[in-house]
Amino acid sequence: MGSTILSICYLFGSVTFILGLKMLSNPATARRGNRIAAAGMTVAIFGTIFLYKDEAGHGLHNYAWIFGGLVIGAILGTIAAKKVKMTAMPEMVSLFNGMGGACAALISLVEFNHLLEGASPSANHSVIGDLLNTIAYTETAAFTQRIAIILGGLIIGSVSFAGSMIAWGKLNGKIKDFTFKGQHIFNLLLFAIILGLAVYLAWAKPENAQLLLYGIFALSLLYGVMFVLPIGGADMPVVISLLNSFTGVAAAFGGFLYDNPVMLTGGILVGAAGTLLTILMCKAMNRSLRNVLIGSFGATAVAGEKKEYGAYKEISVTDAAMVMAYANKVIIVPGYGLAVAQAQHACHELEKTLEARGVDVKYAIHPVAGRMPGHMNVLLAEADVSYDKLKEMEEANEEFKSTDVVLVLGANDVVNPAAKSDPASPIYGMPILEVEDAKAIIVNKRSMKPGYAGIENELFFRPKTSMLFGDAKDVLQQLVSEVRNV
Amino acid sequence: MNEFLNWIHIHQQMIYVVILSIFLGIEVIGRVPSVLHTPLMSGANAIHGVVIIGAIIVMGRAEADNWLALVLGFLAVILGTLNVVGGFVVTDRMLEMFKKKK
Repeated sequence: MGSTILSICYLFGSVTFILGLKMLSNPATARRGNRIAAAGMTVAIFGTIFLYKDEAGHGLHNYAWIFGGLVIGAILGTIAAKKVKMTAMPEMVSLFNGMGGACAALISLVEFNHLLEGASPSANHSVIGDLLNTIAYTETAAFTQRIAIILGGLIIGSVSFAGSMIAWGKLNGKIKDFTFKGQHIFNLLLFAIILGLAVYLAWAKPENAQLLLYGIFALSLLYGVMFVLPIGGADMPVVISLLNSFTGVAAAFGGFLYDNPVMLTGGILVGAAGTLLTILMCKAMNRSLRNVLIGSFGATAVAGEKKEYGAYKEISVTDAAMVMAYANKVIIVPGYGLAVAQAQHACHELEKTLEARGVDVKYAIHPVAGRMPGHMNVLLAEADVSYDKLKEMEEANEEFKSTDVVLVLGANDVVNPAAKSDPASPIYGMPILEVEDAKAIIVNKRSMKPGYAGIENELFFRPKTSMLFGDAKDVLQQLVSEVRNV
Repeated sequence: MNEFLNWIHIHQQMIYVVILSIFLGIEVIGRVPSVLHTPLMSGANAIHGVVIIGAIIVMGRAEADNWLALVLGFLAVILGTLNVVGGFVVTDRMLEMFKKKK
């Protein structure tokens, strides 16, 4: 009876996960989809706590520990998720993803020890060696299989955990990019060693299994760190999405281990959907996953010839305010710099001030502007910018022709004309916002430093363009007061 | 070879589930607009928190004197819950903003 109800709970959970993912991919149903999946998860969790029976028919005990963990985790999770700023959303997701990976790795550690203890009643010496001599062939196969499953969960879970922590550190600026010569070869070697040790442990069953296990654990953590370290900060969204699908696979290994259908379906679903999402994200940036992971972006671009672009011209805040105040139509192009400076509210303020003077203000959103796809939409929505003011790329490109002033706020590569004109450029072929069609362009940046693609932007040197240096938030606040004084 | 075939035979159900889930996972999000990439990633992140069920099983089966299992299991339950609860709440917050502007 109980186990039938539990099966139904798991079936319900699996179905809500599928429905949830489906609904999450449509703006109108997304929020409901998320809640439906959460409901299914709750049912699966409490079903497990109260109805789970192991092979021998024993239920679970240690309820105090279980509920203690659940309550602590739920309180911490809710506080963290509620308090995080909108701009810091990506790193929060990375952090939570890491927790899931660590959870999978810990499960594997405990289950491995269980397996060793269970293997030999006389736990005095070389457990597995004895075992091999005594148990029948089929049992050996089952044993190997269990070890393989446990190791799979351990390796993928640890890589996901360590990688997510590095991605988290990079996004909030605590960890800088770090590369050394031959890093990719080092990583490949490291991965080969991990796999080799795992095969050795699972199939050859050496004497000091425990030591090997912790060795694999440590090397997997190291691999996770080395895997993410060289990848540029702006590519972190793609990496997080990839690690997200890793954790899904780690969860699926748990499903194999416990013959648990909801873990299996949930894990595999996320593994597959996460992989596709990773590829879609790369596509939106017109790059391949390989290109992102190997990070050849900056490295090869620098090698190309340096063109002489001439001088750029600067504009003062007062002049910029004047130009915009007397324009008929202004389009704002937000980018990474806006998110870093947390200038979305100041930006909305400028929009309102200009509108009060009768200026038509819109926003042009490039699909990969910001730290992750859709980031600008979330950010501007937080500042109460109305939805119909946000123009997607195609629509915006039509409108630039009739625009007096384009204000570029901390965006760079997404407005670089080289993507259209220079086949040698590493971003050649990426769709861009064609701001050059406008009558005047004002670019706000902190300095002349190139964007994350590591290439110069010709746009900054064009006669129509003027540069307005400074932190996006400060500049916007000054612009607002200047426009009011005009 | 025999061993392998045998393995497939015993686990056919699971193999079906895995293969079908892979196709389903790909199909189900195939048409997601780029605006929703971030929330979708976050939502999927919460769903793989289902690994918490494994943590609960580990915890609930640990013998009272096995401190290693108890402590690691307890940690696993906390981390798994963080993943699930934090993941769903963050996603909800993101999507709340999307709704407001419509």
